[in-house]
Amino acid sequence: MKINKNVSISENGFVFNPTTGESFTVNPIGIEIINLLKLKKDETEIKKTLLDKFNTDITTIEKDYYDFMQMLKSLNLLETEAE
Amino acid sequence: MKKKYCIAVTGLNAIDSPGPGVPVIRGLKDSKIFDSRIIGLAYESLEPGIYMHDIIDKTYQIPYPSSGADSLMERLNYIHSVEKIDIIIPNFDAELYSFIKLEKTLNEMGIKLFLPTLEQFEERHKVNLPKFGKKYDIRVPFSREIFTTSEIYGLTKDFVYPLVVKGKYYDAYIAYNPEQTITYFNKIASKWGLPIVIQEFIKGTEYNVTGLGDGKGNTISAVPMRKQYITDKGKAWGGITIEDKELLKITDNFLSKTKWRGGFELEMMKSPKNEYYLLEINPRIPAWVYLAVGAGQNIPEALVRLALGEEVEPYKKYATGKMFVRYSWDMIVDMEEFQNISTYGEL
Repeated sequence: MKINKNVSISENGFVFNPTTGESFTVNPIGIEIINLLKLKKDETEIKKTLLDKFNTDITTIEKDYYDFMQMLKSLNLLETEAE
Repeated sequence: MKKKYCIAVTGLNAIDSPGPGVPVIRGLKDSKIFDSRIIGLAYESLEPGIYMHDIIDKTYQIPYPSSGADSLMERLNYIHSVEKIDIIIPNFDAELYSFIKLEKTLNEMGIKLFLPTLEQFEERHKVNLPKFGKKYDIRVPFSREIFTTSEIYGLTKDFVYPLVVKGKYYDAYIAYNPEQTITYFNKIASKWGLPIVIQEFIKGTEYNVTGLGDGKGNTISAVPMRKQYITDKGKAWGGITIEDKELLKITDNFLSKTKWRGGFELEMMKSPKNEYYLLEINPRIPAWVYLAVGAGQNIPEALVRLALGEEVEPYKKYATGKMFVRYSWDMIVDMEEFQNISTYGEL
């Protein structure tokens, strides 16, 4: 899944979707995931980076990753297939 | 040296449903192309713009739209004899009919306007919106007009609750049952008259577009905004410019098909299925126009140039993510000023 290319994120985790005008704040792990998505990293690469960076296990990473991606999708921050 | 025009502007009120006059004047004052002497045209002696001497040079009271076009013309004749007005920018829906009627006469006096035609003004009217949507292939909510409260109990044939109860010119309330519909019917009818428009309620997020059409089908300006903070009157008290190609496409379609002449505001609702519905077309510049100026499209300036017959290049871009946050401000006014506008109708 890819993040909508117009979506911008600031260093302190402020996310702005210029298409809808909506804005959100995310925590440091959220910032990390969005930045990796913007760099076009795939799911495996993202999970590996998170596992290397944060003191946690793969089960927790997977659960949090899928929850977060589901949230991005419901907030229309991910590109649809057609895009 | 910049040329200086005498520009008269209405809509100087600033209550919880503020008039567009003051933001229009701010746009004019920001112009890098021309200077302006601003003449305020006010209906009531407590319209705040009257007392804003830093942006308005002189204010005259004018008769209410209900007095008719003749009494307005008489007053404008007097004001013009003193001020030599170049352009008038009317900013209220309710006064537009008179100004459109008087446009030719005012042109002959040397006063320019840039307004929609009477046909454009009438066909976008709230009561005509379903026909308008069909004619120009624009998605609109189902609506119909009613004239008596006895029609309310039969509305369930065409509508499901909640529904929206709207006035001819202003005001809209969401009603959840027939009793509430009757209350809102009476409230709006006593203020704005009949008919009352009953509109299908579309759940979603509110977006507006303000812009300017050149009367030939071209989009001179278009800036979409998402309402971020909405008052209980449904007015935006905060908003942000967005980049939405679909909204701009709808706006271009509206302007090219109707050949709209003048400023406008499209009130849109985006449904959870991401479909846009056109709820209303306001046939004039909206009160949040200064956001468009701040985002790079000076609509009041471009409107003045079109009124003067100049060729105006369409704006191609605007800044997204620009916000406006409205505030109220208590001005301290000497009694003498209030006395002058109240007794002489001038300040």
